[in-house]
Amino acid sequence: MAKVVIDALVERFRDAVQGDGVTGAYTGAGGDDAAFVRRERLVEVCQFLRDDPGLQFNMAPYITAVDYLGQEPRFEVVYNLLSTTRGWRIRLRVKVAEQDAVLPSVCAIWRGANWFERYCFDMYGITFTGHPDHRRLYMYDEFVGHPLRKDYPLRGRQPLVTELEVPEEQFRGPGPARRSE
Amino acid sequence: MSTEVKEVPKQVVATRSSELDAPLKSKRMLVNLGPSHPAMHGTARAVVELEGENIASCKLDIGFLHRGFEKSCENVTWTQVFPYTDRLNYVSSIMNNVGFALAVEKLCKLEVPERAQYLRTITSEIHRICDHLTLVGALGLELGAMTVFLYAIEGRDLLWDRLTELCGARLTSNYARIGGVARDVPEGWLEKTSATLDRVVLLRDEIDALLARNRIFVDRTRGVGVVSRADALDLGFSGPCLRASGEAWDLRKASPYLVYDRLDFDIPVGSNGDTYDRYLMRIEEMKQSDKMIRQCFRDMAPGELVVRDFRYVLPPKPEVYGTIEGVMAHFKLIMEGIQVPAGEAYGYTEAANGELGFYLVSDGSGRPYKLGLRAPGWPMLAALPVILQGALLSDLVPVFDSINMIGGEVEQ
Repeated sequence: MAKVVIDALVERFRDAVQGDGVTGAYTGAGGDDAAFVRRERLVEVCQFLRDDPGLQFNMAPYITAVDYLGQEPRFEVVYNLLSTTRGWRIRLRVKVAEQDAVLPSVCAIWRGANWFERYCFDMYGITFTGHPDHRRLYMYDEFVGHPLRKDYPLRGRQPLVTELEVPEEQFRGPGPARRSE
Repeated sequence: MSTEVKEVPKQVVATRSSELDAPLKSKRMLVNLGPSHPAMHGTARAVVELEGENIASCKLDIGFLHRGFEKSCENVTWTQVFPYTDRLNYVSSIMNNVGFALAVEKLCKLEVPERAQYLRTITSEIHRICDHLTLVGALGLELGAMTVFLYAIEGRDLLWDRLTELCGARLTSNYARIGGVARDVPEGWLEKTSATLDRVVLLRDEIDALLARNRIFVDRTRGVGVVSRADALDLGFSGPCLRASGEAWDLRKASPYLVYDRLDFDIPVGSNGDTYDRYLMRIEEMKQSDKMIRQCFRDMAPGELVVRDFRYVLPPKPEVYGTIEGVMAHFKLIMEGIQVPAGEAYGYTEAANGELGFYLVSDGSGRPYKLGLRAPGWPMLAALPVILQGALLSDLVPVFDSINMIGGEVEQ
């Protein structure tokens, strides 16, 4: 169905699309196409997919990451993209090494990618450069580690968080200055 | 008495009116909504910065309901994931079951028997009605229409009663299985459900009559929380919220699964992308779902409920007790779980609030290596600060409701 997309991609980014041994692109389970993309060309590939009038991938419904512990490179970020005008889908897979787990953000291309990238950072510790609001998503800021990494234990314990100092004069509402003891 | 009016110098007038128009010197105020707030549907926290009564900026803080869904799923067998999926969108749990089952079947290349497909469609559509009734009821409630809520909850619970007869549980249905469904409908269930649906139609029309032309409701929802079509796509909307913005995109039509390609139904599409259109989408979708369920009742034929492949499905008890193959299959499935072939797949279905996706990676062992959940309400909730920019504080709650964020699935 979306063989066109794969062909267009391979044609345009002959050096960037790589993987699965040689060709890089393949048709996965259920007929969904996927391709391995090199990190350096990711933004360029995404931009092309969105802006090419024949493709129009106008949506990024889901971005997630996988931890292949023991493999090199260790992480993989998966971009599930959708073109509602054509009804096509494509999955871009980007390998990231553990020591250099940094990716360019695609928030400028699809604003919906914002929370997905925050999720990848929160759960896997992958950093996205150029992200407008780079914080944890589910966990609190003091959380140590990244829970969905395979080496994070299932029953991991976390240290206690010290109470935050609240500048009272700034946020205090009406009423007495101090709570009576 | 002198009739002479002393003319006011022009300059003074000008100064006065500009003084009246001048913005009052005010401080921005921070309002903290939630995490435990009855209108926040679960436990999301919104920190709203107010400029007068308008929202200058809004920050969302989620994760209070985070219970490690994905981590839990990676540590149990494929079959044991089903009860966890029940708790994602607890209002329409069967849709989550079905979504997960379809994703796994995509990986296993399994073809589910026809009756099971029909049953999955029927139960999904019943749950779609439940979900939409909940939303519409809550939307009314939050705008002061308590009656609507009571009607909606009556309809929803009648349908849940029918599903209880089918699945044994009111909320956590756990109905689908890899390769089929758990059990067949009880005797007389179809007639009973048809009667219930008739009642729900009456309730739905009553709700629509109370809201659709209600002056207060229309004033509070029309033109509020507007999302343009381009924005909706860019922000990753799906489901009724995307369609309310004018994009005719429905996975049941675009990439049909189950028996949707055999059913005759329409996709309602809005034009303004405001809260009112999102409400209309829900009402219209309930009508379509009702139509679909009745078609399924008509077309469904008796047949198998699960595939007869003992690598995936427990063999029937006489075979377990009577044959060595049966015993072996049973033992392997119970002790090791289903051996899903190695690979990765992204399964997507149209749940009540939009695209429900499961990104699965299997390494060939009996457990999911990675189970990524794409919750339908996730991008919509993320977009809330964008939608609410400049809106009134009082509009936050209806807009928040109309995107139907469900804490269970968004916060995993």
